[in-house]
Amino acid sequence: MATATNRMLGHLGDSVERLEDPPLVTGKGRFVGDINFPDQLHMRIVRSDHAHGKIKSVDTSAAEAVPGVVAVWTTTDIDDVPPIDFREGSDPTLALFRQYALARELVRYVGDPVAAVFAEDPYTAEDAAELVTINIEPLPVLINADDDPQDFKGKATTEAAVVEQGYGDIDETFASAYKVVEVDVKVSRHTGVPMECRGAIGRYDEARDVLEMYGAAKVPHRNRDTLCRMLNRPASGMHLFEGHTGGGFGIRGELYPEDVLVCVAAMRLRRPVKWIEDRQEHLMAANHSRQQRHIIRAAVAEDGEVVGLDDELYLDQGGYIRTHGTRVANMTTGTLPGPYRFPVYRSICHFRLTNKTPAATYRSPGRCESTFVRERLMDAVAVAMDMDPIAVRRRNLISLEEMPYGRALDVLGDSVEHDPGDYAGLLDQGLAQIGWDDLQKQLAERRANGEMVGAGISMFFEKSGLGPSDGAKIFIDNSGFIEVVTGGASIGQGFETAMAQIAAEDLGTDYRRIRVVHGQTNRIDYGVGAHASRATVLTGTAVSLTAQAVRAKALDMAAELLQTTADTLTITDGVVHSKDNPTGPSLTLGEIAEALMPTSKLLGGREPYLKGEEWFHIDHQTYPYGHHIAVVKVDPDTGGVEIEKYFIAYDIGRSINPMMIEGQLVGGLAQGVGGALFEEFTYSEAGDPQAVTFADYLMPTLKETPDPEILLTEDFPSIRTPLGIKGAGEAGITGAAGAIASAIDNAIGIPGAVTETPVSPQRLKKILSEHGK
Amino acid sequence: MKPAAFEYHAPTTVDEAVALLAEHAPNDGRILAGGQSLVPTMAFRLARPNHLIDINNVADLGKLTVEDGALCIGATVRHAQFHTPACNGVLGHLLTDVVGNIAHYPIRQRGTFCGSVAHSDPASEWCMVAATLDATMVAQSASGERLIPAAEFFETVMTTNLNEDELLREVRIPMLSDDTVYGFQEFNRRAGDFAISMTLVTYRLESGKITDPHIGVGGAEDRPRRIAEAEAALAGQTPGDEAFRAAADAAAAAIDPMEDHATNAQYRRDLTATLVRRALENAAS
Repeated sequence: MATATNRMLGHLGDSVERLEDPPLVTGKGRFVGDINFPDQLHMRIVRSDHAHGKIKSVDTSAAEAVPGVVAVWTTTDIDDVPPIDFREGSDPTLALFRQYALARELVRYVGDPVAAVFAEDPYTAEDAAELVTINIEPLPVLINADDDPQDFKGKATTEAAVVEQGYGDIDETFASAYKVVEVDVKVSRHTGVPMECRGAIGRYDEARDVLEMYGAAKVPHRNRDTLCRMLNRPASGMHLFEGHTGGGFGIRGELYPEDVLVCVAAMRLRRPVKWIEDRQEHLMAANHSRQQRHIIRAAVAEDGEVVGLDDELYLDQGGYIRTHGTRVANMTTGTLPGPYRFPVYRSICHFRLTNKTPAATYRSPGRCESTFVRERLMDAVAVAMDMDPIAVRRRNLISLEEMPYGRALDVLGDSVEHDPGDYAGLLDQGLAQIGWDDLQKQLAERRANGEMVGAGISMFFEKSGLGPSDGAKIFIDNSGFIEVVTGGASIGQGFETAMAQIAAEDLGTDYRRIRVVHGQTNRIDYGVGAHASRATVLTGTAVSLTAQAVRAKALDMAAELLQTTADTLTITDGVVHSKDNPTGPSLTLGEIAEALMPTSKLLGGREPYLKGEEWFHIDHQTYPYGHHIAVVKVDPDTGGVEIEKYFIAYDIGRSINPMMIEGQLVGGLAQGVGGALFEEFTYSEAGDPQAVTFADYLMPTLKETPDPEILLTEDFPSIRTPLGIKGAGEAGITGAAGAIASAIDNAIGIPGAVTETPVSPQRLKKILSEHGK
Repeated sequence: MKPAAFEYHAPTTVDEAVALLAEHAPNDGRILAGGQSLVPTMAFRLARPNHLIDINNVADLGKLTVEDGALCIGATVRHAQFHTPACNGVLGHLLTDVVGNIAHYPIRQRGTFCGSVAHSDPASEWCMVAATLDATMVAQSASGERLIPAAEFFETVMTTNLNEDELLREVRIPMLSDDTVYGFQEFNRRAGDFAISMTLVTYRLESGKITDPHIGVGGAEDRPRRIAEAEAALAGQTPGDEAFRAAADAAAAAIDPMEDHATNAQYRRDLTATLVRRALENAAS
């Protein structure tokens, strides 16, 4: 029998090493590219090289004649497959704008899938794909979402929706304002770029009538449900499997045309079908994001209070509306006020299609864009009112006394209700830690000596833990090994480790003795996956509740066997023993599991097995908060920007694993720096994408990414979750562009200079020369 | 992103290599050295050679020696071999200062000096070095050897004076005298990226005046070259801000900058002035 003297690892709040890492760092990972089935075919997509046009004809005969080619499909071969539906269910107002798996009648962006080649090997598939000729009659190309909308299929315009949110009387507020401050700000088109491109393998098991898809990520259960709806299959006959995933960021794991095609092809061709995306495809086919232009104005009172906020924005959705529907528009308009009070508010989003790659969510969707816009406006208010930028923010922050603070705004079907938090208090802590006043003096001195250096701040609130519910199952076998089965997903964020730590807390065991299952639709009926910073909040809480139930069951059984009462017992390192006498009579969890087997004579009236399943229902999302501070140096001759120092303050509520949270913040910041300074999908007037390789789409490398100082506080555990957990996935990116833009303005001494991201050297040089610098 | 079909040849002698090249060049046969540019281009199917003649097994091509006052760099010498000085004196240090700017560490282990020169990307550091320091290219074909001065070698983007049946067997860079000073400057968006503009300058002093100035610019135009107008502005001057600015402005005025979707001509011109000035300041310091 084990003794309870070993040190157990991995309880809540411990920065333990990740369970995921040993296979990943020893080359034993199993990514979609590593998965193969006997007799599999390889799919290659033939994509449109026109941004907009009518498909006159598609000639597949030459491709079909290539030895090794099994089939070449166009949309007529799958005319019974409906367009890809929305994750949250059908929406008749948006249905017209959905994308077919293969383009029907029209192509709407360069990269739009037109034909699919299925061949014995990927080389043959690519050779044959070149022989497919597509005859397109070009149509006018719409590149800018703020240009006039065009016709859409003779049934609508490209303004697919207008999403409006707000409260209070805008007209009256602005009419009586002391001052009105307006900015016109653009966020460039960019997106999350996982290390691993997409991939999917469809396999149809005819013997059992089960259709399987490997390579799922992010939301396997939701995609299973959508595929069932589209392909008219029962959930029990359609399963998705997630392997190792090289990053998600919101874009990986949505349901794309290629996923549908491998599933349909596997059924019809009666062979497994594998598709692996290449990087060039990825940069024109996977979801883009972010592109918005806001014209936003603040009504300001004499003391610097922003009494009204009025925003009109143009969201560039690209060629079609994909699985998210208008989710980004909803989140942008729903979170734009951020951590400030803004008693009167309106945001009108023109949700418009263009002839570019379809757009959807990317890490911190809506918040990243709106935080940049709002923080640019707050800096402009400070200048207009001749106030310090920190002071103007303080004047408008929601105070602790007002918490929880509700607004008549909708974010993903949930009315915004700020968790209690001390926004001003965290600001004080952050400014003290970074030595803000001394920093200002040092920077002023350096500027006086001719250097272009400056600091900027960006404040934000985040949202996490989108409900309504999630469940988890825990099973302990008679060797004492623990399996936690979830419908969560692991996209690289450390999900397994976090869940194991949470379960270990109540099961009194080392986290390394726990196996965490995720992303397998045949193991659990329901799952929320990994998005919207919800996995740890929602799934983690469900795991915690389940672990508590299993603990209670274990102690109940043990109490009978040890002839005592459950309340006198505890679990240490997988051993149940008396709280008062750790070296006295004891039982391992395995022994207890044995006593609970269905055939056990000790079972009594209990349900068999040492297992449990519990659910967690959340009534509102949680709203963590923080701020970013950037210090930059601008080279006036080249327009180059160097980030000298970076600081992130964030209130997480309660840390499960601080090391992993810091990892989330640092990784998010790298992407934030990318959006602020480097990454941009540009297009020619004709709609040709100009950034389809890593030579043109500039991801920041280690050398461009600052090593931030992080202040992670647990001052305000969420009132929405029993453990107080708030999400961590997105706070590293949300504030980045705002802080960097503000610091650049400060460095070059031109208030409001940065109105557009990314701030490329060429753009910055132009700003400098226009101002005679 | 799978290359189109090709036939692979692996000669072991120079004679065999150039014979294969003579045979297959008319049918788009190409030399494969480090493959760091050619292979990705093939993966994109922008290049689809029918024959690849891999020279990595040709023993004679790895030489890196000083002969007759020049550093001779064989066709399979890797970038990484310049991480430490490849020869004594100023030139060895100059090449070591430059090499760290070439792409990334793993690429430098495989990519070759001569491969870069033959590929002739306008933003190649080695092409600019070859142009600035008046290197001589040794072209070898089945019918013999031909020496090509750098000033005639680089024609335009990825186009050189090499004939299709010629292997760039060797590049010879004249050694630099001990009193030569140099400065190198490159600007790109990210570490390891292709230069938006770059420059290499060298000069010597005689009685306090600048003599024998070389000012090469790369990345900005369709090919790297020495900028005669800038060198003229510098020759005979006393090193200092005034002379350096005059040379920098002359270089910026003399170039015909490339434009692409990300970078306009004006930005490249201004940037070139900055880089030339800074390189001259480096050289003087």
